[in-house]
Amino acid sequence: MRRLILGNTTEFALVVVTILLCAGLSLGTDRFLTVSNAFDVLNVSAVNIIFAVGLLVVLISGGIDISFAVAASVVQYVTVLALSALGGGNWAEGFIIAGGVGIGLGVINAFLVWRLKIISIVATISTFNIFFGLLMFFTKGVSIYDLPEWLSTRVVFYEHEMSDGSWIELTLPVVVMILCCITTWFMISRTTIGRQLYAFGDNPEGARRFGINIGAMHYLSFGWLGLMAGIAGLMQAHYAQEVVPNALYGRELDVLAATVLGGARLGGGKGSVIGCVLGVLLVSITQNGLNLMGVSPFAFKMVVGAIILIAITLSSTRFDRLLPSAMNSSKQGSARR
Amino acid sequence: MTSFTQKFNAIFGADMAGPLVAFVAVMVVFGTLADNFLSAGTFGSVAFQLPELGLLTLAMLLPLLTGGINLSITFAANLSGLAAAWVLQAHGGVNAPPSAFLLACLAALLTGATAGALTGAAIAYTRAHPILVTLSMMIFLRGLGEFLTRGGDISGFPDYVSTIGHGSVLGLPIPLIIFIACVGLWHVLLTRAKLGFGLLMIGSNIESARYSGLNTRRILILVYTLSGVMCAIAGLIMLARFNSVRVGHGESYLLITVLAAFLGGINPFGGFGRVLPVFVALIVLQLLSSGLNLMGANQHLATALWGVLMIVVMAARTLASRFATSRRRKA
Repeated sequence: MRRLILGNTTEFALVVVTILLCAGLSLGTDRFLTVSNAFDVLNVSAVNIIFAVGLLVVLISGGIDISFAVAASVVQYVTVLALSALGGGNWAEGFIIAGGVGIGLGVINAFLVWRLKIISIVATISTFNIFFGLLMFFTKGVSIYDLPEWLSTRVVFYEHEMSDGSWIELTLPVVVMILCCITTWFMISRTTIGRQLYAFGDNPEGARRFGINIGAMHYLSFGWLGLMAGIAGLMQAHYAQEVVPNALYGRELDVLAATVLGGARLGGGKGSVIGCVLGVLLVSITQNGLNLMGVSPFAFKMVVGAIILIAITLSSTRFDRLLPSAMNSSKQGSARR
Repeated sequence: MTSFTQKFNAIFGADMAGPLVAFVAVMVVFGTLADNFLSAGTFGSVAFQLPELGLLTLAMLLPLLTGGINLSITFAANLSGLAAAWVLQAHGGVNAPPSAFLLACLAALLTGATAGALTGAAIAYTRAHPILVTLSMMIFLRGLGEFLTRGGDISGFPDYVSTIGHGSVLGLPIPLIIFIACVGLWHVLLTRAKLGFGLLMIGSNIESARYSGLNTRRILILVYTLSGVMCAIAGLIMLARFNSVRVGHGESYLLITVLAAFLGGINPFGGFGRVLPVFVALIVLQLLSSGLNLMGANQHLATALWGVLMIVVMAARTLASRFATSRRRKA
């Protein structure tokens, strides 16, 4: 148990904070601690979690990506246009096109970072501007409300009416989100490729001398994020039932904050899917709770920002110092960054 | 050829090459494509548009040089503008006397400095990554601003305030004069002042800077405070130009400022960089968007081209260094 806690300090701290937050919120409002509200939170955060697990892979490999949210907007637009050109299409075609375009945009980033040796933050800020500028230029900022029938209809896998009259719904974005989390988790922690990604993120030069194919790692990580961004884009279009070119603008920084809150390290080599999910959920739970408590929606972001600031400050100041001294006497510094 | 490069490097510095080449390229391309590009009108519009982006870039510059980043600049600018707006409103709005405006400026500078100092302290004492601290600061400041204004805007300022935004002295727009003064200040700070030396050392290697006896915490806090002060100046210029303050004004500038700084030869890992190449890079970006405007394209295409320009310059730098190493090996 002790090793479990010390080995995953950030995840553990997040669980504690989330539990405390939930306890506080359920005392503050009686609507919070219900099953249907838990499903609401999941439905709302599904898209962000898909983004976050994709970004996690890039962060683990030591890179950073700013462009994925606007890339998802590009994917949405291209997919919907391609589908109407195909005469309607269906879910399979939608996922293939969205995933394919997403991977393509991710590969552009990987090419810039790996072939042209532009460091990832510079490269992706450039592609952020290119993707968004071109999208707004070609679409002239016009939204698409006329989605194919199958894309805009809600898909509910399971629904059940609770005794108090509220509904719980397991919708498509949540199912897709769970699938994305499981595949990402499997890829990064149960395959050789995943271990190579961690090794590469932790020490690129060491990984290179060890015989790991550095180029492949770049294409894999950015391609994976592209795939996730594509899927998330499709899910967001499905959820919102419209495609607005600047709907996801600015989402990248929110997702980045939540992902790093979940223990992914800028600089590479550290991070887990579960931490990532917890990071996004913490933010969503806060917003949800504030909403139920009747706090003005204008104050949401302020409180969320303050919470992230406090959480990051706490998690960076040697968390092991806050634990009882008996717990960290043997493993000094294991929780150090 | 080699002697020319050496001479060029001696006069301008090696990091000036990228921005200057881009400058010449933009002038030539638009000079031939758009016949009314080389006119006073173009340069007039550049002169008026440059200061907002420029001042924010200066605010971004110092943290970048320490190897950090400040993502909260645009909202710090908004919040400082808000502080100034409230002081003006409290003193009679449209009829506020000039002394009230002076007070408003002080309030804005103080707000910016406080936001910056808080960020700096969080970074210096927790050693958390600056991207994170400033990102959460950005979310917090945006939320605070939206909470205080309820998403609306504040307007109704005395006439002389808009003179600052639109007036000219000796043919030079007042915002441009303020901006050039700030560029000069930053140049002196980086080349002549102890703080400038210290922050460059921190950007090169923070640990060895600390072991060399530099008070790294104090320097980091000062750097982010100065960055906040520069945001406040940018916020005041925006207030004067739009004659209103709204949280979200200039939001899209955030990543452009990083782009401008890197285009100006700032080392992405910190430690190396000068102000003047960044100044030239800013002019190039503004000329590009004005030129495209003249040719009938909108700002979004300009944004895309800014990204392309950035990639071209960075790729050229990679290729040049590869060429240099391969030639050295042969010799």
